[in-house]
Amino acid sequence: MDRRDFLKTAAMTAILPSSTAVLASNQPSRSVRPGSELKIAMTLSDIPLTTGQSTQGAEGQRFIAMTIYDALFRWDLSQTDKPAELVPSLAESYSVDKETRTVWTLNLRKGVKFHDGSEFNADAVLWNFDKLVKKDAPQFDQNQANQAASRLVGVVSYKKLDDYTVEVRTAEPDSMFFYRVSAVYFSSPAHWKALGGSWAAFAKTPSGTGPFKLESFVPRSRANLVRNAEYWDKQRVPRVEKLTLFAMPDPSTRVAALLSGQVNWVEALPPDAIPRLKRSGINIFSKVYPHVWPYWLSYAEGSPFLDIRVRKAANLAIDRDGMSKLLGGYAKPAKGMVDTSSPWFGKPTFDIVFDPAAARKLLTEAGYGPGKPCKITLLTSQAGSGQMQPLAMNEFVQANLNKVGFDVTIEVVDWEALRARRSEGAGAKSNRSVFGLNNSWSIQDPDFGMLSVTWSKRIVPKGNNWGLYQDEIADKLCEAAVNAFTPEDRDRTLSDLHAYIVSQAMWIWVVHDTNPRALAANVKNFDPPQNWYVDLTQIEVG
Amino acid sequence: MAGFIAYRLLYVLPISIGVSLICFALTYMAPGDPASSIIPDDASPEVAAQIRAAYGFDRPLPIQYLLWLWRVLSGDFGVSLSTGRPVTDEVIPAMMNTLSLAGGGALLAAFVGITLGTLAAYRNGRLSDRAISAVGIAGMSVPQYWLAMVMVAIFAVELGVLPASGMGQPGDDFGRTLSFYVLPILTLATVPAGIIARSVRSTVSETLQQEFVQALEAKGLPAWRIFLHVAKNAAGPALAVIGLQFANLLGGSILVETVFSWPGTGFLLNAAIFMRDLPVMQATVLLLAMFFIVANLLVDILQMLFDPRVKSARRG
Repeated sequence: MDRRDFLKTAAMTAILPSSTAVLASNQPSRSVRPGSELKIAMTLSDIPLTTGQSTQGAEGQRFIAMTIYDALFRWDLSQTDKPAELVPSLAESYSVDKETRTVWTLNLRKGVKFHDGSEFNADAVLWNFDKLVKKDAPQFDQNQANQAASRLVGVVSYKKLDDYTVEVRTAEPDSMFFYRVSAVYFSSPAHWKALGGSWAAFAKTPSGTGPFKLESFVPRSRANLVRNAEYWDKQRVPRVEKLTLFAMPDPSTRVAALLSGQVNWVEALPPDAIPRLKRSGINIFSKVYPHVWPYWLSYAEGSPFLDIRVRKAANLAIDRDGMSKLLGGYAKPAKGMVDTSSPWFGKPTFDIVFDPAAARKLLTEAGYGPGKPCKITLLTSQAGSGQMQPLAMNEFVQANLNKVGFDVTIEVVDWEALRARRSEGAGAKSNRSVFGLNNSWSIQDPDFGMLSVTWSKRIVPKGNNWGLYQDEIADKLCEAAVNAFTPEDRDRTLSDLHAYIVSQAMWIWVVHDTNPRALAANVKNFDPPQNWYVDLTQIEVG
Repeated sequence: MAGFIAYRLLYVLPISIGVSLICFALTYMAPGDPASSIIPDDASPEVAAQIRAAYGFDRPLPIQYLLWLWRVLSGDFGVSLSTGRPVTDEVIPAMMNTLSLAGGGALLAAFVGITLGTLAAYRNGRLSDRAISAVGIAGMSVPQYWLAMVMVAIFAVELGVLPASGMGQPGDDFGRTLSFYVLPILTLATVPAGIIARSVRSTVSETLQQEFVQALEAKGLPAWRIFLHVAKNAAGPALAVIGLQFANLLGGSILVETVFSWPGTGFLLNAAIFMRDLPVMQATVLLLAMFFIVANLLVDILQMLFDPRVKSARRG
């Protein structure tokens, strides 16, 4: 492919969906039912940071960042039959220089306004990048930098080419910049200046370009948002007048709030409450999304998982259908890092099924057997983001593994301690006796989800490769993935990488969460996307 | 009296420093990186180090403590790691919310406990005494988390007469606002009501056995006047128990506030612990400890006002 073809492919990929949005923006605004209010019970215990880069993980982004703000690219959450893909948002299109592969040209959408009426343009992009990484900039905000400075790691410079074009240079060819920058949200520079340059004041009356405006919020209680009728993407002007977010960390409280009519949408349902909700006419929605509940394996000296036969035996020993049943059917057996429906699944040579006989045989071949069990300690947390029901699930896995010849000890710590142990790596003194880490993982962004845990360049602390996994073939496949700048190349290289690590049984993969949500009968037009996020603009409340 | 208050206030200083030291140190005793909750999973070592430095987590612990103490003395508790908002903006409204709940709970518990305890003491040994004592023990023993969920299931879900959680929002009318208080206050008051009832029963019973009561009866005083004498004598110990229960309600409402999503200090502390939000944990624990100290001081003063024997004992 020559330079012209390359640029054409990259740019057209971005332009096509955006053209739809531009055409759509000329259509009249949609009607909305007067008084309609979507009332969501979040699992969060507080309202996330409202200045742009939200706090509190994916849920913070789902309900605050993605409602009040926009990014350059967004997940297309209208495609629900396959994993969502990134499409242009505030950037109409982009191109990457074919020679260097380090120069990104971002063409910004024209006519977009912040909630305060000021214009979104190249100056706003540079100002927002500075707020995250330029410590001597007046608008630098440590709170937002905590959330997203890592999204601009590898960026060596950025500049304005004209009012609607920005050039970004990366230190090395890095196709994954596309994914990382999609989580950088844009706050209004004019509004910040009008408030005297105070992020604290901005947090109370924020201004983004998003489909909802924040009207008010009460910490630890609720956030009141209203529809942005002037939203630039007329296809995504909200169909409800109000969106109210409630902080309700206790699952039984969320269920009671739904049953009593206090809210009409509940996140992260406890499976045992679902039959009761169904009897009350509540609709339950669930679908697999890029989440996996695995055990990260240790490749440190002395780990039995250095032997591929032991890794395969552990994968074959687990009754994933039984695990799904334990979770009320709200989990899908995993056959790898991503679900089989993902374009990144590939064609692994190792099929992850429940076959205890084969598992016993592999363990025997590896030198274990009756009287000589394979002793391992697995580390988990008592709760935590995406951990589902870790204690019951770990006990289930422990019983399964013990049946084929393992001798499993489960060590339980709190969620932040687990994250800390993960950041120390399998070789650290604290993890010396731990050979498996039960830490649920997001594979939405392939750089974070796959490359950062697989590539030897990303062994902790340079990435999330906790287990010290080092494999020449995997490294080459990771290298190929960051040099793949078209969607087709990206999918191909990522599926090659995924097929390889599954064939190598790099981890023990157990289930994918299907994230059950409950919606009152009068909440319409929701089809869960295969993504960590949802598009609240399409929801109707009758 | 003024001398006693000044004397007690002097005590507050070393206690406060001790409390501040303990609550600062305890939050650091948990394993792991104190900044782990704000360092993103995909942060490079450089970004992680920059974040640690920005919050001062890279400094020696004694320096961190002294800097924190200095800021606290000037009313600055820092910034919440999980929300990015000033800790003062988080803790002060939470404290007010908890005070209103604990105040309501304490008043209800005191009313029910004193009434039941006095009735039981006057009906000493009879069936009604045993029935009231059984109710008191049940109140003391009931798990608040369970009771909260049962009350929500009955009054919010099945009957639909009260809201399940939250505390409404600005603009709600008085009746609507009050409705949010009913279930949390009922739940919160159950245990202290049982404790107060048991304590009042015991104190009033003892007082009724004393010779001065028999003397008053022999003098032919009407029952209600004798009751006033008994009440005055029993008030001191009862006040001590009520004061302690109020202080317990301030700090011990984590479960109730979590079940009802009540945005008070218990809810805040619970979230801060799970998110390892050290500045919020430190500020909340310190303020609760201060309230506990002040509540104890107020109880002592009230006891002195009601019971001259306490005053003379303090002097002596």
